[in-house]
Amino acid sequence: MSGLTSNNASVMPDRLRGQLFRIIASWEFLLLGVAILIFLFNVQASPYFLDPWNLSDATYNFTEKAMIAFAMALVIISGEIDLSVASIIALVSTCMGFAVQLGFDTPMLIGVAIIVGAACGAFNGFLVAIMGLPSIVVTIGTLSLFRGIAYIVLGDQAYSGYPKSFAYFGQGYVWWVITVEMVLFTVVALLFFLLLHLTSFGRSVKAIGNNPTAALFAGIRVPRVKFILFVLTGIMSAIAAICLTSRLGSTRPSIAVGWELEIVTMVVLGGVNILGGSGTIFGVFIAALVMGMVTFGLGLLNVPGIVMSIFIGLLLITVIALPIIIQRTRQRVAS
Amino acid sequence: MHTPSVSTPPSPVLLLDGIVKDFPGVRALSSVSLKLYAGEVTALVGENGAGKSTIVKILTGIYQPNQGHIKIDGQEVTLSTPKEAARLGITAIHQETVLFDELSVAENIFIGHSPRTRLGLIDWRKMNNDALNLLERIGATIKPTALLRDLGIANKHLVAIARALSIEARVVIMDEPTAALSHKEIEELYILVNQLKADGKAILFISHKFDEIFRIADHYTVFRDGELVGDGSINKIEPTELVRLMVGRSVEGVFPPRTEKLGKPILQVQHYSHPTEFSDISFSLRRGEILGFYGLVGAGRSEFMQALFGITRPSSGTLSINGHPISPKCPADAIAHGIVYVPEDRGKQGAITALSIVDNVALPSLQTTSNKGFVRMASEFALAREYTQRLELKAAALDQPVGELSGGNQQKVVIAKWLATQPAVIILDEPTKGIDIGSKAAVHAFMRELASQGLAVIMVSSEIPEIIGMSDRILVMREGRQVAEYEREDVTPETLVSAAAGIEKYSAA
Repeated sequence: MSGLTSNNASVMPDRLRGQLFRIIASWEFLLLGVAILIFLFNVQASPYFLDPWNLSDATYNFTEKAMIAFAMALVIISGEIDLSVASIIALVSTCMGFAVQLGFDTPMLIGVAIIVGAACGAFNGFLVAIMGLPSIVVTIGTLSLFRGIAYIVLGDQAYSGYPKSFAYFGQGYVWWVITVEMVLFTVVALLFFLLLHLTSFGRSVKAIGNNPTAALFAGIRVPRVKFILFVLTGIMSAIAAICLTSRLGSTRPSIAVGWELEIVTMVVLGGVNILGGSGTIFGVFIAALVMGMVTFGLGLLNVPGIVMSIFIGLLLITVIALPIIIQRTRQRVAS
Repeated sequence: MHTPSVSTPPSPVLLLDGIVKDFPGVRALSSVSLKLYAGEVTALVGENGAGKSTIVKILTGIYQPNQGHIKIDGQEVTLSTPKEAARLGITAIHQETVLFDELSVAENIFIGHSPRTRLGLIDWRKMNNDALNLLERIGATIKPTALLRDLGIANKHLVAIARALSIEARVVIMDEPTAALSHKEIEELYILVNQLKADGKAILFISHKFDEIFRIADHYTVFRDGELVGDGSINKIEPTELVRLMVGRSVEGVFPPRTEKLGKPILQVQHYSHPTEFSDISFSLRRGEILGFYGLVGAGRSEFMQALFGITRPSSGTLSINGHPISPKCPADAIAHGIVYVPEDRGKQGAITALSIVDNVALPSLQTTSNKGFVRMASEFALAREYTQRLELKAAALDQPVGELSGGNQQKVVIAKWLATQPAVIILDEPTKGIDIGSKAAVHAFMRELASQGLAVIMVSSEIPEIIGMSDRILVMREGRQVAEYEREDVTPETLVSAAAGIEKYSAA
């Protein structure tokens, strides 16, 4: 379509402000500051904190949850939520335990886990994306359903007897204090960073979360994107289940109870808008470190678990309220 | 036809004088007046954008005028809030009634002024009894305890009217009350309007349907482009004269000249039908042609366009592009076949206002700007720059959120994003609705330029000058049907409006 009149309108810049300004003004940057403060506080509070082996152990606090949190971040950015992730862990772990009884070896166990996780995600995705049901209701339903199946299979029993090689995922080290999970966590973070920020799929996810109707009108296959996101979350839950089961060495039906809320907290703390539309993987990455360090630091100070949960709860409310309060104050000042 | 109303007009119940309302960049009303009399119906007539809804919003306390006086019974008043307007006895019955679906009929009638017991609790018995009395008075057989959502639209109107009676309204505004009603329901509504008249209410009746205006109104007031262009007694004016007042203005000169040579047919639609929204639409569209779709709001034009774009599915009919039959199942399919749709509702369907200009423009073109699924920012910026420059977009930078732009510039972003997909057919639904004159001209010039380069354009518009000024051919829809087709040379504003409103029906009756 050449030959159009070229307009002599003043040249419009690509970007309004420099990249540096955007980085400094961002939530992620603020969160990074918080992370550093907590780190320094922990160093002051306990002499045991800086011990490399202690720190290495402490990463188990968040690596498994964070792997799911990255997928959850995409789901939440798309305007949906998946509360069934911890129950998917339970069902995946139970299926692996069952497979062990049948004499499956480690690679086959991994296969079982991924297939079951993906199937659970596909079930959620079918109900939400294809049937058009609200995800919060669907995944509260599957939260009960998936764990319910685990309880029926296991009762008050536990599966154990996992092969020796299976222990590698949750207990192995790649080099010195660097655990297998830490490496997995980093690789997953990197992959999700690429997916959300650098692919057209990630762009579609953001568009859907901002305005599903306009996204549909723009030719995005909205149901397909949402379906993929739920399957992806199921697969990430399966990978977390592999790590957790491998670390614990056994499966009980109560495995990972309550994780879904900690994962959602991690995502929201990372600056992902709970109403959808915006968020970054870097933010969730830092939020995972912050939550891990807070838990570890409070543990070193012998603060009981219930106080930690109060702290996490307050943190979540503050994090959600803060941007809204800032926004309102700005509007009031403006008007 | 009509018995002449009182010989010397009594003083009006409601008088608006010299009302001016400005919006950023647009003067919606410039010094208009309106008089409403007790026991009489005044019809407010005008095209879309003439300022009818602005005046309703001023009367119901939603907007404040920048200048002018409002008098009730000769007393100057300010309608500062909707509550204040209601207290002064002004109530509105909207096209889609704004009532509460989950509450009972009685609660809807009395919400905000429900009878109380001595303890300050709602006196349910009294409320239900009073509601029953009101409903009986208007001849409605609705249970006061029924939930509103279980009622049909006609009965919802009755509830709204009962509410108007309950607050002892003196002025009742009816904003296209018959738009969603069946023939029988409309007849019942007319009876009600006569009852309200007998009760001494002053009624403002907004309608596009000339037959009903001439049937129930006593006076008329015509707005055009935010100005009062005529008013008087309805039995002293002919329908054709009213149409002339409504649309009358020169439409020549301000639009770009037409394309000289049309190309080959590219889009063929045959007997396209939908179970409820439209039926039996057939036409063929040539390269370089601008085909205008005219009709009243609710004539099914947007619904038909959305079916072409794959958002809804037709129940029967065929669609072919370049001779190949296609059946788009979703917008992505339609886009792949070169059909794109610029929706009417920019904020909800067109633009993603929180995202940047570049993100919006690149969105439907992600497949072409990306490389193996990875986005390439450089090509996105290049694309956005190219198309926004052609449309003379005014913005601070390409990464500015679209929501910060003016309506006209938002529309340019939306059009740019579709042109960037290099479509064969572009459907523009009310492309210049609510945008300033300058942007309008830019959009018009650009549409013509695209057509001259071989793009086939379908334009849905309710603005007569635009439809006549821009279209090579005009198709008129009424109530989901294709009722007329005109070459541009053969059309006058009067014939268009008559076809769209079904005035033949009036003159036959």
